[in-house]
Amino acid sequence: MRLITGSADQTVKLWNVQTGAQLYTFNFGSPARSVDFSVGDKLAVITTDPFMELTSAIHVKRIARDPTEQTEESELVIKGPQGRINRAVWGPLNRTIVSAGEDAVIRIWDSETGKLLREADKESGHKKTITSLTKSADGSHFLTGSLDKSAKLWDTRSLTLIKTYVTERPVNAVAMSPLLDHVVLGGGQDASAVTTTDHRAGKFEAKFFDKILQEEIGGVKGHFGPINALAFNPDGKSFSSGGEDGYVRLHHFDPDYFNIKI
Amino acid sequence: MAAEVMLMNEIEATAAQVGIDMNIDFSSIQLPPGENCGIISDDDDVYHDDQLEFDSGFGNVIVVDNLPVVPREKFEKLEGVIRKIYSQIGVIKEDGLWMPVDPETKKTLGYCFIEYNTPQEAELAKEKTHGYKLDRAHIFAVNMFDDFDKYMKVPDEWAPPEIKPYTPGENLQKWLADEKARDQFVIRAGTDTEVLWNDARQSKTEPVYKRTYWTESFVQWSPMGTYLATVHRQGAAVWGGANTFNRLMRYAHPQVKLIDFSPGEKFLVTYSSHEPSNPRDANRVVINIFDVRTGKMMRDFKGSADEFAVGGAGGVAGNSWPVFRWGGGKEDKYFAKLGKNMISVYETETFSLIDKKSLKVENVVDFSWSPTDPIIALFVPELGGGNQPARVSLVQMPGKEELRQKNLFSISDCKMYWQSNGDYLAVKADRYTKTKKSTYTGFELFRIKERDIPIEVLELDNKNDKIIAFAWEPKGHRFAVIHGDNPRPDVSFYSMRSTHNLGRVAKLTTLKGKQANALFWSPGGRFIVLAGLKGFNGQLEFFNVDELETMATAEHFMATDVEWDPTGRYVATSVTSVHEMENGFNIWSFNGKLLYRILKDHFFQFLWRPRPPSFLTPEKEEEIARNLKKYSKKYEAEDQDVSMLLSEQDREKRRMLKEEWEKWVSEWRRAQEEEKLERQKLRDGEASDEEEEYEAKEVEVEEVLDVSEEVLSFEE
Repeated sequence: MRLITGSADQTVKLWNVQTGAQLYTFNFGSPARSVDFSVGDKLAVITTDPFMELTSAIHVKRIARDPTEQTEESELVIKGPQGRINRAVWGPLNRTIVSAGEDAVIRIWDSETGKLLREADKESGHKKTITSLTKSADGSHFLTGSLDKSAKLWDTRSLTLIKTYVTERPVNAVAMSPLLDHVVLGGGQDASAVTTTDHRAGKFEAKFFDKILQEEIGGVKGHFGPINALAFNPDGKSFSSGGEDGYVRLHHFDPDYFNIKI
Repeated sequence: MAAEVMLMNEIEATAAQVGIDMNIDFSSIQLPPGENCGIISDDDDVYHDDQLEFDSGFGNVIVVDNLPVVPREKFEKLEGVIRKIYSQIGVIKEDGLWMPVDPETKKTLGYCFIEYNTPQEAELAKEKTHGYKLDRAHIFAVNMFDDFDKYMKVPDEWAPPEIKPYTPGENLQKWLADEKARDQFVIRAGTDTEVLWNDARQSKTEPVYKRTYWTESFVQWSPMGTYLATVHRQGAAVWGGANTFNRLMRYAHPQVKLIDFSPGEKFLVTYSSHEPSNPRDANRVVINIFDVRTGKMMRDFKGSADEFAVGGAGGVAGNSWPVFRWGGGKEDKYFAKLGKNMISVYETETFSLIDKKSLKVENVVDFSWSPTDPIIALFVPELGGGNQPARVSLVQMPGKEELRQKNLFSISDCKMYWQSNGDYLAVKADRYTKTKKSTYTGFELFRIKERDIPIEVLELDNKNDKIIAFAWEPKGHRFAVIHGDNPRPDVSFYSMRSTHNLGRVAKLTTLKGKQANALFWSPGGRFIVLAGLKGFNGQLEFFNVDELETMATAEHFMATDVEWDPTGRYVATSVTSVHEMENGFNIWSFNGKLLYRILKDHFFQFLWRPRPPSFLTPEKEEEIARNLKKYSKKYEAEDQDVSMLLSEQDREKRRMLKEEWEKWVSEWRRAQEEEKLERQKLRDGEASDEEEEYEAKEVEVEEVLDVSEEVLSFEE
């Protein structure tokens, strides 16, 4: 069972999950920002930040079954988007790669030729940096979160905008429940932009929305800094959130959660 | 740092990737006809007929006539005298003084031209020197150069003016007849100005009119809500109409900064301040008073900023606006301004001073009109180190009779508050203690409508408490005070009519330790919002003063403004762009229930549209209050209908959303099925379904840590 990690130390590493041993290190010329395994785990897509003369790029690497046979070379390198590419993930059947980042435009690339297949519509798309992207369990649709205080749901194959969820704070992280039709948004204003602090500590909340009706269901408070990461337990019965405050919080849903009706 | 500039070949590469042809045939492009390419500028109608007054270029020139006719020897001397006089008023442009000479007699013609740098200086010079007696035989006659042209153009024959056919105007009060009895408000956010209905029943707003760049700085309603005024570089404008907002009138006043309506909406006062050409002088102030409906300028005031500085609440440093305060209620009969040792009171029949002279009051620093009657309350501070005490006087206009006077001793400062019906006047007096090291506050309460205007002195239970806020109950007999030195001050309520003795003020209650620093009474009285703005970050308490109990406490984080709607049914709290975040407004019911909330970045203003006073007599109002049940039945039925309609609409909307979603889900399911085989191949034949990509198994792992043998002695 393999884990792939990307770091600002300009490397991407492969690890053995059971033993914790490092299997391989890929070297890059700039910080690695996002990583994703393909269906079947034979390929990985990695994004690197713009750094000095290097522009940001999307790299596709072949992952060998046997770590000793692993090579450094890229199957494909895609360049083009301006600014950071915060997230790149595989589309259904690994035929496409979906990228999103600082220029607020979601793009779909052909994973073999590197050709740009589609771009999200400027009018209806995000207006500011896209900070986060998460796929549905089956990969048919994905959710993006942006500093423009909204999150949007898209169809992976056609890049059609399906839903928009509007919130009051810039969005740093998004997650989709694998069990119910809920999406969760986490975020908060960067400390440097705030002039008065909310005297009620713990006010940063992970907001739950009904995926279909786009309405807010409720929020889970607790963090006293902006939320930067969200993830659901694959069984859908709990979720975790990580924040600027240096805490990771694990939340287990009580039975009422599963009976929510708007 | 990411490269901002894309290289040409990268652009071409991207274009190729997306399938765009980079070759453009410029000659084949056709722009829409017209200078503006068919795009109508938002300001077109504003700028359109603004160029009526073409600039002759001589606006800075005056003509001074009735000068002595002098021979060449005396040219320089005369010129010197004139230059000296006119340099005092402004800076004469280089070579700006010309005295023409008769070529035959070689003597001056008896007049000269003087050119300044700005038209304001020229006008000031004309005002100040016209009629100046150089000597008995020569009295200056001064005119603006442009005026000559204007008067020469007057035709010799008088022709009667054309009578234009009567076109009835729109009903400007139509909004008052809204079937759902809603109120309007205007908001300004970013570059947009919008007027909206407050539809509390549906918990939302409904648009009335919206316009980008409607105003160049701010907007303001007229006092009875008939007009919305906007402010632009060239002047002010008012808008109104039956169902929308049309521009009704414009008022030219270049660089206008502030405006003020008279209470009856008859007149509009506009103000601008200009930098003088000599930086050591004070700013030049121009104030115009227009008739709102005709746009005609009734009177203008020009002078240096010193003449228009107002003491009192604004402080001596700057001007406090409005400079002219209106008096005498809705008839807009009088307006007055504070001057040095005088109050200049003008009346609107002739727009001149009453009795042609100002009311002389030595050392007066502040005054205010009764909101309903033509009475001025003025304050004169202590003089001569205590020899002459401070005093408050009530003076009746137009006769200038002093109705009442009270001397006040050891006063350090004073502020006057009128009750909305003009029934009471409260004078907050800060007094020095005997040691003169600190002050304590007391109130002088005048009962205006009673015979001989009795005055009562009120001190707080704790005399030393600082007064943070004071407010009369509108149309009522009570007032509220926030006082205290603690971080959480107290709020006390008093009534001018105590239960046992109608003639004496009595305290109703004191609420201790409140997070409040501002008071907002409902316009009809009875209810009040105690608000903690600024440092308290938006605490709100909705308090019922009849029952003396709190109805609700709530919070609008970082609220900067609180305003009741004119009917007293709703309260709007807003966060303006003073703060970077959380801009927008909340609408609450009078008893503190949050009805809805709208967020808008770069939020500048929220103003309810005022209503004119009711035409009903007090008796009729009482009758309606008594028969309220009869009237309310009809509205309750309507409310029911609306809420049913709403839930019906809601349900329909949800159904459609769910249906649409189902379509997507089935589409995805279909695609998944189709691709199932492909996926298996990618996984090297593993048939596992995505949904159960992994299984959580509990595995017991036994690890041998240590084996040790111990021989135990077996005892028999």
